[in-house]
Amino acid sequence: MQTSTVVLAILALTAIAYRLGRRRSVSVAGGRAGIRDLHSLPSYYGMLTALWCLLPALAVLALWHLLDQRLIVDSVLSHMPGSVAHLPEAQRSLVLNEVRNVVAGNVPLASAAPEVQAAAREWRRLDGLSHTAAGSVALCLGLAGAAYSWRRISPKLRARNSVERVVVAGLIVCSLIAILTTIGIVISVLFEALAFFRAVPITEFLFGTTWAPALALRADQVGSSGVFGAVPLFAGTLLISAIAMLVAVPVGLFSAIYLAEYADPRFRAVTKPFLEILAGIPTVVYGFFAALTVGPLLRQLGISVGLDVASESALSAGLVMGIMIIPFVSSLADDMITAVPQSLRDGAYALGATRSETIRKVVLPAALPGIVGGVLLAVSRAIGETMIVVMAAGLAAKLTANPFEAVTTVTVQIVNLLVGESEFDSPKTLSAFALGLVLFVATLLLNILALHIVRKYREQYE
Amino acid sequence: MSEPAGSAPRATQAKVAAGLRRRYRSELLFQAYGIGAVSLGILFVVFLFYSIFSKGYTAFEQSFIKLDVVYAQDTLDPDNHRSPAELAQANYTAIARAALRERFPEVTERADLHKLYALLSEGADAELRRRVLADPGRIGRRESVWLLAGDKVDMLVKGNIDRKLPEADRALNDQQLAWFDRLQAQQRVQKRFNAGFFTQGDSRNPEQAGVRGAVMGSLFTLLVTLLLSFPIGVAAAVYLEEFARRTRFTDLIEVNINNLAAVPSIVFGLLGLAMFIQFFGLPRSAPVVGGLVLTLMTLPTIIITSRAALKAVPPSIREAAFGMGASRVQMVAHHVLPLAMPGMLTGAIIGMARALGESAPLLMIGMVAFIADVPHSLTDPATVLPVQVYLWASSPERAFVERTSGAIIVLLGFLLIMNGAAVYLRSRFERRW
Repeated sequence: MQTSTVVLAILALTAIAYRLGRRRSVSVAGGRAGIRDLHSLPSYYGMLTALWCLLPALAVLALWHLLDQRLIVDSVLSHMPGSVAHLPEAQRSLVLNEVRNVVAGNVPLASAAPEVQAAAREWRRLDGLSHTAAGSVALCLGLAGAAYSWRRISPKLRARNSVERVVVAGLIVCSLIAILTTIGIVISVLFEALAFFRAVPITEFLFGTTWAPALALRADQVGSSGVFGAVPLFAGTLLISAIAMLVAVPVGLFSAIYLAEYADPRFRAVTKPFLEILAGIPTVVYGFFAALTVGPLLRQLGISVGLDVASESALSAGLVMGIMIIPFVSSLADDMITAVPQSLRDGAYALGATRSETIRKVVLPAALPGIVGGVLLAVSRAIGETMIVVMAAGLAAKLTANPFEAVTTVTVQIVNLLVGESEFDSPKTLSAFALGLVLFVATLLLNILALHIVRKYREQYE
Repeated sequence: MSEPAGSAPRATQAKVAAGLRRRYRSELLFQAYGIGAVSLGILFVVFLFYSIFSKGYTAFEQSFIKLDVVYAQDTLDPDNHRSPAELAQANYTAIARAALRERFPEVTERADLHKLYALLSEGADAELRRRVLADPGRIGRRESVWLLAGDKVDMLVKGNIDRKLPEADRALNDQQLAWFDRLQAQQRVQKRFNAGFFTQGDSRNPEQAGVRGAVMGSLFTLLVTLLLSFPIGVAAAVYLEEFARRTRFTDLIEVNINNLAAVPSIVFGLLGLAMFIQFFGLPRSAPVVGGLVLTLMTLPTIIITSRAALKAVPPSIREAAFGMGASRVQMVAHHVLPLAMPGMLTGAIIGMARALGESAPLLMIGMVAFIADVPHSLTDPATVLPVQVYLWASSPERAFVERTSGAIIVLLGFLLIMNGAAVYLRSRFERRW
């Protein structure tokens, strides 16, 4: 039996259970006139019966499929010639992969070795058996649940309360997913990173100044696959982020000030959404723009003034990233500036200040904590931005502060190390997770800092 | 009026008057900075769109060459079976090349012939196959057909190959240029609407590459994302906004949601790789995994916007429902949710638009492989539109530049539709209480 057919059958059974439960509640109440004697509306009795059918059946089905592969693997291994069971872990998983490929039909049955063929046949047999068993157990359980609940229906049964408890439990489970995601991120990144730090000391990773993951310097080197000093990556990331902020903060801040304080409402109504288009453009488009338009343009400009600008330079990536962040900075600054009450401005005007003096001496200081928080959030976005730097910044891990050279960043290296790799035991791929951990922690700290600044220094107005 | 009494204000006045010009100047300067920043921002938008559209609009047209093709019996169907299976397998490239040779009978050298054949696309046979399968009666006859030109000819037609360059630096040599000019003089070269761009999957040959596979991949991925993230996001928002009391536990959930909203997207890719692919053994490159990763990524956005929509429903509605004897679940399900739904849908559409443009986490889970087939299910290997843009952008052929820009235009078109729908929903259904 296909799992999808089983699920469909369970759903059909659930629908039937709903109708039966509903009908029974009306009949125990003694017809339509007696409904007022029921504790809940008839549909709640139907829902309760349906839930008793659906939930146990689905739970069993899910659990079964979580566990059965492992049992099948064990059983198949025990049926294979004794030599396989005693192979070291890595080789055994190779053999298993071979069998799995045959089972999945990626490799024709006839072309495999005889023992693999036998194992694949056994696997298929067990798989079919397991599916049939799971399907029948789930359906039986659904039937039994529905029957139990159906028999229980009486005017006194508090069906609505039970159904509502299940609904609220479902809501709680859904809101737990946010926590589970965080735990998932921490676990998946942390464990692989710890495995990496067993091979490469954490001090070498954080303070080493040479990054060459595919290079073996000494034969006796731990892991013997490369040097993992991540300082050039951090430096590159900071350089590009700094360039981006140099573009985004002045442009974003001044356009927010102009639109909030000077522009007339019609101009603002047209210009603000127009600038916010920049926030909706996918980052890969910016990457393309940086690599094919801005990069060559800067190179030609550089040649015309006698500078040597690499075609993949920190400048082009940073510049375009800055453009991307402008609306982020400007909309945050705009919110903060408009939140400053008019009375403060009026006070400054009454003292004879010009508009710009009011803005510089009164409005901006009042809005400063919010603006600083917004800028910090923008920095954390710049650090985590991937596509622009992957397409425009290059791969050379150079420790340089020259914006005309190609530099590489943490995100570029993560992509570079993991795309197309499927082995998870070499320090090379594990180092990507260590970089991911650094990235996660850095952005997390920046966000906490930003929120803290906003909360602590925000002026409270009436 | 005594002298000392008036002197102090006059002195202040003089001081103020002396500084006034400077202050007005700095006021003007400050305004000029503001105008400059706004114009710079507008300039960036215009320049970005100009550079993409000016490179990309040519992708919607493709060059074709008209040749007089003979559907030779002995090449296509030597045994005269007319069976569709055999006809589908037949060598249509051979008859396309024969038509080229017939047009340029003086070309006989093997190397020259090779260069001559390069004028046509490797996919030129598809059109001939389609015609023969539609009407096998064509076999043995002669017909004028517009065949797909090679990518270099296409670039020449679109003016992207400079004829003045020395021969060695040019993608087409002098001989090929001469052949091309002869074809053009006979009006046998034409640009036509590029339907293949929308109906074909990816290809190594730029002239055959289309966005269909990536569009379908995006569609499947977004389907999974929408089906998971919208119900889960709404349920979480409803719980936090309508049911939960403020406890340490709900605070923890809120802190998590706000932090997840700011985690770089590539970290979600690492999660997908380690959890879904390594631990749960889900297939690489599959839209279902991409959808799961994007679900986790868009959930915070959807929860936050859904909560805002719930907050906008006035408390009087809730009190009225309670007053009529509704339970809390009934109050939410029958009264609050329907009123908050437009706002939630708007948030969901904006979240989906973000997910559609996202590519970094999908690189991590292998949706970056070269896949020529159009995916047909949630588990077929697939790629998505933004990753297709990335893949084409890293291809060296000149002809892929316009394809990339063309794919970007398609992507931006989808985003425009989605954001337009969100704006429409907001203006049509948003209620002020």
